[in-house]
Amino acid sequence: MSAASAGVAPRADPARAAPLVELRSISRRFVKPVDVAGRIANAFGAGVREEVVHAVDRVSIAVQPGEVVGLVGESGCGKSTLGRLAVGLLAPTGGERMWRGEALDAMPRERRRAAQLRMQMIFQDPYASLNPRMRVVDIVGEAPVVHGMITPRQKVEYVGLQLNRVGLDPTLMRRFPHQFSGGQRARIGIARALAVKPEFLVCDESVAALDVSIQAQVLNLFMDLRAALDLTYLFISHDLGVVRHISDRVVIMYLGRVVESGPTEALFGDPAHPYTRALLAGVGSVEPRKRSFAPVRGEIPSPLAPPPGCHFHPRCPHAVARCREEAPVLTEIAPGRAAACWLVEPSPGGRRS
Amino acid sequence: MSAPGPLLEVAGLRTHFFTRSGVVKAVDDVSFALARGEVLGLVGESGSGKSITGYSIMGLVDPPGRIVAGSIRLSGRELVGLGHEEMRRLRGNRMAMVFQDPMMTLNPVMRIDRQMTETIRAHERVSAAAARARARAALVAVGIPSPDERLASYPHQFSGGMRQRVAIAIALLNRPDVVIADEPTTALDVTIQGQILHEMQKLTRDAGAALIWITHDLSVVAGLADRIAVMYAGRIVEHGRCADVLSQPAHPYTRGLLDSVPSRNPRGARLRQIPGMTPSLAALPEGCAFRERCPRAGPACAQAPAMQESGGRGVRCHDPLAAVAATAGP
Repeated sequence: MSAASAGVAPRADPARAAPLVELRSISRRFVKPVDVAGRIANAFGAGVREEVVHAVDRVSIAVQPGEVVGLVGESGCGKSTLGRLAVGLLAPTGGERMWRGEALDAMPRERRRAAQLRMQMIFQDPYASLNPRMRVVDIVGEAPVVHGMITPRQKVEYVGLQLNRVGLDPTLMRRFPHQFSGGQRARIGIARALAVKPEFLVCDESVAALDVSIQAQVLNLFMDLRAALDLTYLFISHDLGVVRHISDRVVIMYLGRVVESGPTEALFGDPAHPYTRALLAGVGSVEPRKRSFAPVRGEIPSPLAPPPGCHFHPRCPHAVARCREEAPVLTEIAPGRAAACWLVEPSPGGRRS
Repeated sequence: MSAPGPLLEVAGLRTHFFTRSGVVKAVDDVSFALARGEVLGLVGESGSGKSITGYSIMGLVDPPGRIVAGSIRLSGRELVGLGHEEMRRLRGNRMAMVFQDPMMTLNPVMRIDRQMTETIRAHERVSAAAARARARAALVAVGIPSPDERLASYPHQFSGGMRQRVAIAIALLNRPDVVIADEPTTALDVTIQGQILHEMQKLTRDAGAALIWITHDLSVVAGLADRIAVMYAGRIVEHGRCADVLSQPAHPYTRGLLDSVPSRNPRGARLRQIPGMTPSLAALPEGCAFRERCPRAGPACAQAPAMQESGGRGVRCHDPLAAVAATAGP
């Protein structure tokens, strides 16, 4: 890729180099159109409407080269959709995707394809994301051959190197996925993503299904690979302990919107948004102290019918009238930190949308 | 824990599965006792036998699995060897189980009110109206809003967290003495998990039931349990008071588990990991099952270690990290 082109629109701090990956006000709506029965009913005036889910609603996120960004949220908050948008597995319905400061949509086809290959995804479920009828050598070796990085004859040797790197015995490459344990399967998923030499990896709940001791092994592998291969991660997880451990920066999502973002230690040390505080209060610790679990009220509302105004207001202990009517915008509250809450004081520097 | 004998006493329990590829010793010599109002955290990774221990107590082990030895006593009454009908009378009445997946408990094609009143009337002769009133009260107790409307709903109309609450409400309907909870919060979001833990804590405290909380997540039991038993490859390798086990683990495996928790490590540093993986139960090595992953393993470990008990604490290790056996604390 040609390095950061000069034509990038100036952003908040132009001193820094262009981010490796940037999503600008990106949205993804899922629409369930009115089916035949509904259309017939409508002919009689039933008023059946199409159902629209704003899975991701105008989210902006920038990932600097070498950075690990943790993306946190509960189920249904749109974090996985955002991850898929970031690697290009889903097309956005609004907004822009940038790669090294260049809009991917504006790139010529060949360049775009090359850029796309630099972004890979590691999926949550090591059982569902590996084809059960393919041998590991093909699972890991297929993409490099298709993309012309190696010839088919080099495949076995190449896959051997990839497996070694993730701590798997290369002599097992003729086996099928079901012959491996959960932790080994997670490693196969990592080897497959790394086989096409990516720079940017989206890890979607990649350690969630693993036992504690295996989870530690895989997290260590992620960190070793990051150092060895200069990788940049978008690390999606609901596990705040894991995210706190490996991320440089954390982004918290709630019902399709970013509610807070900031450097890990600052955010965990002094959470600004009431939802972030609720999440942190829910985190267990292994300190042996009897405690009363003080819950947040209510559940995540259906994304089909999100509450008006701030999405969190029905569960928020501090909600005021304004929260019910007007959605707060993400505002800078300190250098590098932002929160979307009417009750959080913006930093004197002003606000951005 | 000693006054009139324990509420639940499990001694030398062995549940084996007789499969084509050999005998799988899923539970191999497990013993513990539980007093009224006590919460036991049964901790282990997948395949450690923690869930099968729970199923064995409930009499829910299906062939090819079988309890081959040991005893399970509920208020002194032996449960191993009881007939189907006698076990049925105990299950859902004096003992109840909450599963990881609430749809294990709930019938998808039956309304909630029917499922709940059925549970009551299976064990007690009460009028339909009285049963319904109790079902409603149980839903209120687990924090379900608009219970009348919810009673008339089907399980698919509930969210995951709500379903788990209904499953808990059903488990607690007949005020059981023993509740076995098998990872009931693992599939739930953090904020919902907090709510469920809150409800369970409150309900066991109010009803004086004993609770066995089966989990792989040490951070859940740390705030909830009175005592902890750590299982590895079908055996309890360490047990004791929650605070003692977590602050001074005696077994190298417990120590390894605690050390792998990210929040116990400096941020960004490599996690201290346990090498290798859990062994297959069908082909366990001779001697201590943890030996091949253990940093302290020595020649003595070729012999299976016996449980050394002292002062309410036990460890199954030849070379424990904390001196449990000889110099038990005052």
